[in-house]
Amino acid sequence: MMNFFKRKSSASSAKERLQLVLVHDRTDLTPAQLESLKDDLLKAISQYIDIDPEAVQIGLERDGRSQRLVADIPLRSASHHRAG
Amino acid sequence: MTAQVITVTSGKGGVGKTTAVANLATALAMDGKRVVCIDGDIGLRNLDVVMGLENRIVYDIVDVIEGRCKLKQAMIRDKHYPEMYLIPAAQTRDKNAVSPSDMVRICKDLRPDSDFIIIDSPAGIERGFRNAIAAADRVLVVTNPEVSAVRDADRVVGILEAEEKGNPLLILNRLNPAMVKNNEMLSAEDVLDLLGIQLVGIVPEDENVIIGSNRGAPVVNDAKSRAGQAFRNIAKRLQGQEVPFMDFAQQGGLWGAIQRLTGRK
Repeated sequence: MMNFFKRKSSASSAKERLQLVLVHDRTDLTPAQLESLKDDLLKAISQYIDIDPEAVQIGLERDGRSQRLVADIPLRSASHHRAG
Repeated sequence: MTAQVITVTSGKGGVGKTTAVANLATALAMDGKRVVCIDGDIGLRNLDVVMGLENRIVYDIVDVIEGRCKLKQAMIRDKHYPEMYLIPAAQTRDKNAVSPSDMVRICKDLRPDSDFIIIDSPAGIERGFRNAIAAADRVLVVTNPEVSAVRDADRVVGILEAEEKGNPLLILNRLNPAMVKNNEMLSAEDVLDLLGIQLVGIVPEDENVIIGSNRGAPVVNDAKSRAGQAFRNIAKRLQGQEVPFMDFAQQGGLWGAIQRLTGRK
């Protein structure tokens, strides 16, 4: 009966948790290090172009056995910038 | 013809490496292959009891390496399959008594007169594991559908990649189809997606495995056992035959049929 009220099956928790753990194990990068990598990356990019830090998404993704660092960094439009 | 050297490893202990070695070796011997098993777990010897050969040990692999006996003298012939042998681990020595080059040399000596050499790796990723993979032509990674076992398997696969040991093959052991059906156990698809390696077999949880090891008679001898069937299928695949994977969903009756129709796992 208790199972009925559980939000999520244990198999999907296991899979989600493993997805995260394996990405960090494989890259030898802790979540804290990834955060500081993001900060440094944003600082470096901001020196050249105007970006919206709130909209930035940076994360590790798996593709079979390989990992990639995927960044989606929307730019503030130049006209908007000049007008502002 | 020269033998194929297959190492069975896992990272985590207790997932069924030794059981897999005993069963695959026996299944290959049943198919008429000449098989030599090597217990690579120095200090924690176990393949002998699982195969029911513990009372026949005179010499072990360290005796061979240190020159106290000839290789043939350390090869224990199986009780039922005269073309199957076990080279036991030393029980009173540590893993440093064997080096990767010792393993390569022993396998080289065994290759001309065998079809398969199957090495049982110890758990972990240290010296014993390095010894076990040194001579491997092919590595089988055993895991269970549990977070700790999958995580450790992934570590091992990473090391095998770094060592350029070719593509390892996965044995998913102790799958409980009823739990998978209730979404309370990682499915084979989940584990394959997480690990990203090729599957060679799924072995369902089966109490006959323990009954077999109690008797020192691997479960492949039991024609009715599902786990036995799974191991016999893996042995066929290792011989290059195409064998369809067992469909555990069929046991799920109507729900299994619905899941298959809707493409859900």
